Amino acid sequence: MKVVVLQFPGTNCEYDTVHAFKTLGADVEILWHKSETIPNDTDLLVVAGGFSYGDYLRSGAIARFSPVMKAVSSYAQDGGKVLGICNGFQVLTEARLLPGALKRNEHLHFLSKYHHLKVINNDNTFLEKLDKGDVVNIPIAHHDGNYFIDEAGLKELEENNQILLKYTDAEGNISNPNGSVDSIAGVCNKEKNVFGLMPHPERAMELILGSDDGVKMLQGFLDA
Amino acid sequence: MKAIVNISLKAGVLDSQGKAVHHALDSLHFNSVEDVRVGKQIVLQLNETDKEKAMAEVTKMCEELLANTVIEDYEIELV
Repeated sequence: MKVVVLQFPGTNCEYDTVHAFKTLGADVEILWHKSETIPNDTDLLVVAGGFSYGDYLRSGAIARFSPVMKAVSSYAQDGGKVLGICNGFQVLTEARLLPGALKRNEHLHFLSKYHHLKVINNDNTFLEKLDKGDVVNIPIAHHDGNYFIDEAGLKELEENNQILLKYTDAEGNISNPNGSVDSIAGVCNKEKNVFGLMPHPERAMELILGSDDGVKMLQGFLDA
Repeated sequence: MKAIVNISLKAGVLDSQGKAVHHALDSLHFNSVEDVRVGKQIVLQLNETDKEKAMAEVTKMCEELLANTVIEDYEIELV
């Protein structure tokens, strides 16, 4: 299992991500954004969190035009698995590989804390180790995590089981920290090979750090 | 020629910053304000002299990079 983690100027979660996948037994490599190709044996491409290009213009808007992104698009179109975490999710929406957009948090605060998430759909590689309705506790750390999609788009997400996770409380009742439409924390594309979420599963790998719920999430990719 | 691009959230997309500014104006007793929208302005110095070509070019820039048309509208003014 080969995981490739993308690194842009301003990315800051790439080493956590490498550590998380190494813990799970994967072979992991960091790829600098200037590369115009992706290693042939890549099984999963991760767009890691951070502040690519200082979030200038809009979060993810500049990274989207980095040399590597053309290769990312064709990799995704050929069915390759892509996971965007936090800023990576923003990059993937800007690149139109995922539907919707991420706006400034409703109350304008930067949020950095653990938050519960409920699994909405698990008929996909990412969440297949979890059951529908399962609640996981995963850190969030973002300023622009307010997911927006118009009504027609939301309907489409629902019909195709593209909503992965929603923000909830520990009991699984909706609890929306940032104003996201329908409390959405993560989505996938229609083909279910491109995934994006604002929370950080790579930061929830060990109980001693507060939660190891991230293991069950990322493990899905390893057994694929 | 200069192109002034004004970018704002689409009508119907909640503008949290506009709301916060509105709230702050209220607390300063500027009671005449009914609504606030916060946007951004990008000023481009162009070497193009043909207005039509400039407009076409800047429109393309907006669609590809300057605005995210999922949530934002843009207006272009050439001066």
